[in-house]
Amino acid sequence: MSLLDRFRRTGKSEIGPLEYHRRLWLQVTVALTLIFLYAPIITLMAFSFNDSKRNIVWRGFTFKYYEKVINNSELIEAFTNSLTIAFVSTVVSVILGALTAYVLWRFRFPFRSVYEGAMALPVVIPEICMGVALMVFFLRTGFHTGNLVWPFNLSAITIAHIAFSFPFAAIVIRARLESFNTELSECAKDLGASEFQVFKDIIVPHMKPGLIAGALLAFTLSLDDFVITFFTSGPNTLTFPVKIYSMVRFSVTPEVNAASTILIVITVIITALALRLQNRNNMLQAG
Amino acid sequence: MAHETASAPSTSAPIIEIKGVTKIFGSDVRAVDNVSLEVERGEFFALLGPSGCGKTTLLRMLAGFETPTTGSLIIDGQDMAEVQANKRPVNMVFQSYAVFPHMTVAQNVGYGLKIDRLPRKEIKDRVKEALELVKLDGLGERMPDELSGGQRQRVALARALIKRPSVLLLDEPLSALDAKLREAMQLELVRLQKTVGITFVIVTHDQAEALSMANRIAVMENGVVRQIASPAELYEQPASRFVGDFIGQINLFDGTASAAGEGRVKVTAGPFTDVILEGTATGNVCLAVRPEKVTISTSRPSGSNLIAASGTVTDIAYYGGFSNVFVDIGSGEPVLAEITNSARGVSSQYSQGDTAWVSWRPEDTLLFDE
Repeated sequence: MSLLDRFRRTGKSEIGPLEYHRRLWLQVTVALTLIFLYAPIITLMAFSFNDSKRNIVWRGFTFKYYEKVINNSELIEAFTNSLTIAFVSTVVSVILGALTAYVLWRFRFPFRSVYEGAMALPVVIPEICMGVALMVFFLRTGFHTGNLVWPFNLSAITIAHIAFSFPFAAIVIRARLESFNTELSECAKDLGASEFQVFKDIIVPHMKPGLIAGALLAFTLSLDDFVITFFTSGPNTLTFPVKIYSMVRFSVTPEVNAASTILIVITVIITALALRLQNRNNMLQAG
Repeated sequence: MAHETASAPSTSAPIIEIKGVTKIFGSDVRAVDNVSLEVERGEFFALLGPSGCGKTTLLRMLAGFETPTTGSLIIDGQDMAEVQANKRPVNMVFQSYAVFPHMTVAQNVGYGLKIDRLPRKEIKDRVKEALELVKLDGLGERMPDELSGGQRQRVALARALIKRPSVLLLDEPLSALDAKLREAMQLELVRLQKTVGITFVIVTHDQAEALSMANRIAVMENGVVRQIASPAELYEQPASRFVGDFIGQINLFDGTASAAGEGRVKVTAGPFTDVILEGTATGNVCLAVRPEKVTISTSRPSGSNLIAASGTVTDIAYYGGFSNVFVDIGSGEPVLAEITNSARGVSSQYSQGDTAWVSWRPEDTLLFDE
């Protein structure tokens, strides 16, 4: 009774400056964003369980398209390729990114800012341009790896992936280094540490959250890249996104939905991990 | 290795010799300008000066983080010119304490010994010993973010002392602590220095800190050492107006002086005419007196040779144990007299607007050549 009274009273009271939930236009905005962002994805996921050949009408729940995906050897091969490429390119990107960030942060040299800008450029260059450029580059240099044995047939794609994902890792790690207190490295040196020991014992542990965040970023970027992969893969090497694209060209079956759902789930899990690590790192800094 | 004090060649030679050291940043910023000084073995030595006076640069040169542009540094009989920071027989306590955030307290303290590849058992024992020394026993497994500011500083101290350096360098070690903790740490640092017997060189901008802790103080200004003396000498016999003004409080009167024979001078400054003082400075001079040397009275003081003037009380600041009374005697800045509240009501005799006499003895007067 009294609770109801309170509801009524607040219902009539004036809207406070921070009571966002009581402003209609804000509610509409929130609802619309959520709909535009998630309605397609949720539909895609829902229809992956649809017991129908077509994606239009709901005809009952089934796991059969997931079974089909798992038994589709080409799709599994493409998936294995994607994971392999993502793994290798992540490791290389993080190492390259960390060293680049360290060089930019630790040393002063001519054209340092030019180098920093050039290094970050692939982040803003349109992917289609990068894709075409890399394709032409591989053709001109005669770097044909498509016919080699697995996993060497993935070399060209992997190199392309490293090229576009290491700047992201470098930027994240560089940002992390900005918060480094140089007295820490001086102190380690004062206690007898060599330049390498300072790097290993003090700077790398400080970079760690950046390394992990950079790695997860590089991994997800590589895993779902379509454009650059499309241009740099030979006719015989398929990655997961490229394979899905070729499947969609014939018809959008629930099998495509199922495969896409798997990719979404993996990406979401990895991103959530990245965010959690980032948050924990922020909390440590705040504390 | 080089960090053991046992390897000291002789006990009488100064532990630090700074010879004509100049440090120029960029093309013309003289952070340290031709500084020469010696620090004795076992001393608690302070580098004191306002910010930007070059004291920290001098300390960083001793630690090996900056290279002198000219001049030489000798620590424990060894020229430091070719010795890198990580090979010097000194350790430093940084202003931010620089406690490694990803290591436990014990790992922090033992880091220097681990770098020296000492056996694990010895590291463990010495870490325990060092933590006891700074009263942090039992906190070895804590992470730095679980420590208070004061505790973090103790970690930094233990970590620097564990290598048994010839000299411990401290860069503004107390500036990040609150007032009460700072006072406690001042005493603690003095106790620690006596216990370990290591030479301490501390950089500070806080004159009270330097006076209360150090055996000797070098006052720096604009990269130059103005005076090196014991705290008492620095306070009672400052060599220049800058030092007198920087250390504690002082009343200054600009004037002129002429020779009066037998090592005496005749000084005229502000309301004081033809004051005979011991000294040699002539021409433009500055007469000075410390506020606690100034006596305040309601009538003309009776002493025959006292330096005295009358004026109006402009302000009274009550501090509990003492009060500061400002008397305007028409010489620019009001004269500050510090009176001890040795009995109740001592300072309530005076109130704003009263006429009062200020006086002091000639032997308490300072005379600076301008």
